Amino acid sequence: MFRPIADLAARGELSFTFDGRPLTARAGDTVAAALLTNGITACRETPVSDTPRAPYCLMGVCFDCLVVIDGIGNRQGCLVPLTEGMRIETQHGRRHLTEAAE
Amino acid sequence: MSPIPREPDVAVIGGGVVGGAIALGLARNGAKVAILDEGDTAFRASRGNFALVWVQSKGFGMPDYALWSRRSADSWHELAASLAGETGIDVAHSQPGGFMLCLSEDELDKRVDAMRRLHNSRPLTDFPYEVLDHAETKRRLPAIGKDVVGSLYSPLDGHVNSLKLFRALREATVRRGVDYRPNSPVESIVPKDGGFAITGPWGELRAGKVVLCAGLGNARLAPMVGLDAPVKPSKGQIIVTEKTEPFLHNPMVTVRQTDEGGVMIGDSQEDRGFDTVVGQPILSTMAERAVKMFPRLAGLNVVRTWSALRVMSPDGFPIYDQSDTHPGAFVVTCHSGVTLAANHALTLAPAILAGTLPESVASFTARRFHVPAHS
Repeated sequence: MFRPIADLAARGELSFTFDGRPLTARAGDTVAAALLTNGITACRETPVSDTPRAPYCLMGVCFDCLVVIDGIGNRQGCLVPLTEGMRIETQHGRRHLTEAAE
Repeated sequence: MSPIPREPDVAVIGGGVVGGAIALGLARNGAKVAILDEGDTAFRASRGNFALVWVQSKGFGMPDYALWSRRSADSWHELAASLAGETGIDVAHSQPGGFMLCLSEDELDKRVDAMRRLHNSRPLTDFPYEVLDHAETKRRLPAIGKDVVGSLYSPLDGHVNSLKLFRALREATVRRGVDYRPNSPVESIVPKDGGFAITGPWGELRAGKVVLCAGLGNARLAPMVGLDAPVKPSKGQIIVTEKTEPFLHNPMVTVRQTDEGGVMIGDSQEDRGFDTVVGQPILSTMAERAVKMFPRLAGLNVVRTWSALRVMSPDGFPIYDQSDTHPGAFVVTCHSGVTLAANHALTLAPAILAGTLPESVASFTARRFHVPAHS
């Protein structure tokens, strides 16, 4: 269940973008971890008061790490493993309907 | 602001939307009021409701209920404006007209037939409503799916943010000096010295008048003061999605988008008395029907589901009474506390303070349950 951090480091790096910026992070990390290790401390704005939020609980409970991943909004960054080429964007307020299936 | 009354003119039992609206109306007319609220063990229908201000289809079997609901829907604009003025809280009330979407011809036929029977009864002939086919429904609600065969529309229907309403009622009553007492369940009410002695684990309170607004608790409390409130629970379930961009301005009877963007899906029984088209729905059935009505909902995440207990009288209509044996004791109970909030605050509360219930609510006495039905 537990793995040495060194093993993760040995798995190499993945490339992704955040709001169009090319970034890299360790393979095996979650999207939330990838953002935090890149110094990104605001990944969304709340739907009612437009307040910036960062990943917080990192265990799927607080919903503060919501981001748009490959065009799908309101995804919990802490529960999604980073993959090569992932396109991650700030979740600006309410989820956009155009992202929802018609 | 008036000091906290040691002995209020009126004790309101129950601090939900019904009790809050009554207390606000009493306080606005100069009464010293205390609210005795049960606490977190209460069922609290006020926190679980669907937040419609709904008129369409109400009153089957009792036309006065349609008139009473419509009157409240009309007065809701005044209530919302006064709450905003007094508390700064916008309860997001709007009356854009509501739809009842039907997913089969059979369902549409049944609903249209029921509406025609309802509006053939004499006082209700000028109630505006329309029967719309798929194309016309689609023109007005572009987001509907192909499975919607038609709809009923009434411009009288609206909705509100009921949590903000709940908060605004609390804020407005406290600002008017109402003594709100949480964690104060009532064990007994004893008529004494021309008033009432109300007791619970927290102690005793004397009041000149008492108004029972305790929801399901009214069934137990009413007989203590010569009243009758044979209410029983009716479970309703609600699904709410993540917040999304506004796409649905009008409320449906079972689907509405809130002012903050979440979509609520319910199994409203507002049309109780009609054939229940969906029977005893479970969450998956509710969700499936909602997705047929608005296919885009399939792409949204559900963030919460809950159930709450409606407060149902034997015929589904409100009970408003003053005790014959102990005048000054009143009961106010209904399952549409949001729709009727305006009437409760603006019409019923002043009448309670004056000591006589108005003729417009005479039909709602519990005595209707005690006489043999006649045709």
